[in-house]
Amino acid sequence: MKPVDHAEASSHFIEAKAHLEFHDRRLWDLRVKRDREAHGIPEWEELRNLASAIKEHTLSHLTDYLEEFEAQAKNNGAHVHWARDASEHNQIVYDILSAHGAKTLVKSKSMLTEECDMRPFLETRDVEVIETDLGERIQQLDNEPPSHIVVPAVHKLRGDVSAVFSRTIGSEPGNNDPSYLAEAMRRNTRPYFLSAEAGMTGANFAIAETGSFVVCTNEGNADLSANVPKLHIACIGIEKIIPKIEHLGVFIRMLSRSALGSPITQYTSHFRAPRPGTELHIVLVDNGRSQRLGMKDFWTSLKCIRCGACMNTCPVYRRSGGLSYGATYSGPIGIIIDPAFDIRKYSNLPYASTLNGSCTDVCPVKINIHDQIYKWRQVMAERNQLPLVKKEAIRIIGKVMSEPRLYRAAISATGLAIEHLPRFAIYNWLNPWGRQREVPEPPKQSFRSWYLENRGRQ
Amino acid sequence: MRVGLFIPCYVDAFFPEVGIATLQLLERLGVDVTYPLDQTCCGQPMANSGCQKDAAGAEALFVANFQEFETIVTPSGSCAHHVRAHLDAIPQTREVERVRRSTYELVEFLHDVVKVDAFPWAEFPHKVGLHNTCTTLRKLRTASASEIDEPFFSKPLDLLRKVRGIEFVTPSRPDECCGFGGTFAVFEEPVSAKMGYDKVADHHRAGAEYIVSADMSCLMHQKGCAERLGLDIRFIHIAQVLNGSRA
Repeated sequence: MKPVDHAEASSHFIEAKAHLEFHDRRLWDLRVKRDREAHGIPEWEELRNLASAIKEHTLSHLTDYLEEFEAQAKNNGAHVHWARDASEHNQIVYDILSAHGAKTLVKSKSMLTEECDMRPFLETRDVEVIETDLGERIQQLDNEPPSHIVVPAVHKLRGDVSAVFSRTIGSEPGNNDPSYLAEAMRRNTRPYFLSAEAGMTGANFAIAETGSFVVCTNEGNADLSANVPKLHIACIGIEKIIPKIEHLGVFIRMLSRSALGSPITQYTSHFRAPRPGTELHIVLVDNGRSQRLGMKDFWTSLKCIRCGACMNTCPVYRRSGGLSYGATYSGPIGIIIDPAFDIRKYSNLPYASTLNGSCTDVCPVKINIHDQIYKWRQVMAERNQLPLVKKEAIRIIGKVMSEPRLYRAAISATGLAIEHLPRFAIYNWLNPWGRQREVPEPPKQSFRSWYLENRGRQ
Repeated sequence: MRVGLFIPCYVDAFFPEVGIATLQLLERLGVDVTYPLDQTCCGQPMANSGCQKDAAGAEALFVANFQEFETIVTPSGSCAHHVRAHLDAIPQTREVERVRRSTYELVEFLHDVVKVDAFPWAEFPHKVGLHNTCTTLRKLRTASASEIDEPFFSKPLDLLRKVRGIEFVTPSRPDECCGFGGTFAVFEEPVSAKMGYDKVADHHRAGAEYIVSADMSCLMHQKGCAERLGLDIRFIHIAQVLNGSRA
């Protein structure tokens, strides 16, 4: 499989100037609002430490808490299923749906079902799946994956949304008014809530001691999906567990502040037991998480609460768009998660970062994201995943830098001494540098030769 | 105190004036400075690409050049950080560990070790935008970062405020990365250049005549961007300003 070429994809993103400017400004605005909210809470850094400690503790005792959650959930009257991977997850969901004769599924946002590629799986088996989150619905109708884990259609301008809606749900062509467009989507989706035989949600947190789970949304669509149909399926990644209900406050205080710079989501809904006459099915999904838990340098990526703050602050993400990462998870968190799913396909992603570290500093659960990006680069080199040209160029610089005479020849006062280096090694660097930037003029003499002339006592 | 001066390869090759300013400044402050003649590079470009094996030669040479010194000083945040946090492609002998512990970026050395209280020779009558590099900000922590909820502090500003005539302007996104990122500048050229354009334009809008920084690599990239955009803005290393350069 050919690796995703983030640099190439980003160049197209940058060419669309109006989209780029909006995307950068909109996400930077979220970052600014996040700062305002975070700095408004004196104990913010203490909350980060607590959240990180709770998650690390839970992940270190994951089997115990998962079993406790399962027992409590069953006690509450829920059915609990275990899925080893994406295909088991999809099959379990399909089996539940067919046992109930369900042909239509309304669902709220879930990155897990994206990760499992669930929609196409169900659609080829004649189950109609309706995304009910506005952004997610836009992406579904446009046949595109979400480009951001919290604001899935943030790369689209209102005109793009208008075009998608007029093409797919019959909104008035050319009407770009956001309220009109939101209303058009609402009118299109509402009937599905009433007629669907099944509803699906994800979960932001699953609480071991109560066997309950919590879904945070701003549109109320998760509550309609869960509470109108007679069947509620909740798909939950096993890393979503927290031990006790008292821990929830730490995360709830930080989730929406980190994600959108708002104090709390409009809805923070707790689900504990099926309503009388209905069924609640919980699918606990591994899909590579246990394996990641065993990776010394990368296991803390499982602390992630999917707030997207690292994406909003990432200067590379804001200027390349989520789709350029070619993966379910994009931005800094994507870079450290995706290669664990497919090292070859995502071998270039760890290089789509300047290692500036802003992601690490905004992360509410203190994942050392930029350190993990650095570590993934070592994994890529060790596993021979670097493109040949890059690998050779770095090998040559490494050789030059380890031998003072070679180094001095390479930078000698005549400028770059081309005769000492293979031409491709030089142009490999100079061409991309000079495409949009001036190349620095070589000075008359190096610092070293100045030093010898002026301090040459050695 | 015997100090070994590490002049990064790109400063040696392209910006000797930054090396000269660093040396003269340290000498003026009474520091006993030596420049080991066989130095090349700290290994960062290879290591940052993940290529530990290719970094090993440069790292071993770095330690061989500097192990005789009590303290090592370099006018580069990212090189100092590489030595301190990442110089691990070679066996970690006691010498290696000591060299790593003893390496300082120039600003933190002046601020924390020498504790300079005045630069009587320094005057810089210009509007200056300070570029806090990501490494000095979020790794060496020489200034508070906007992401973290903490009281404001800035070691580079503490030093620059002792320079006569200097006036500061602040861009709208003071902590945003400029897009250099080492090999990122080449391998992710489209985003790198766009970030650079945005950075210099932000400083320009704020009214900066000069961008001052503790890392010449970021400035080399920003200078290349500003020249291509035709923006009238100049770039100077903090060592030059503190050493009394007027322009």
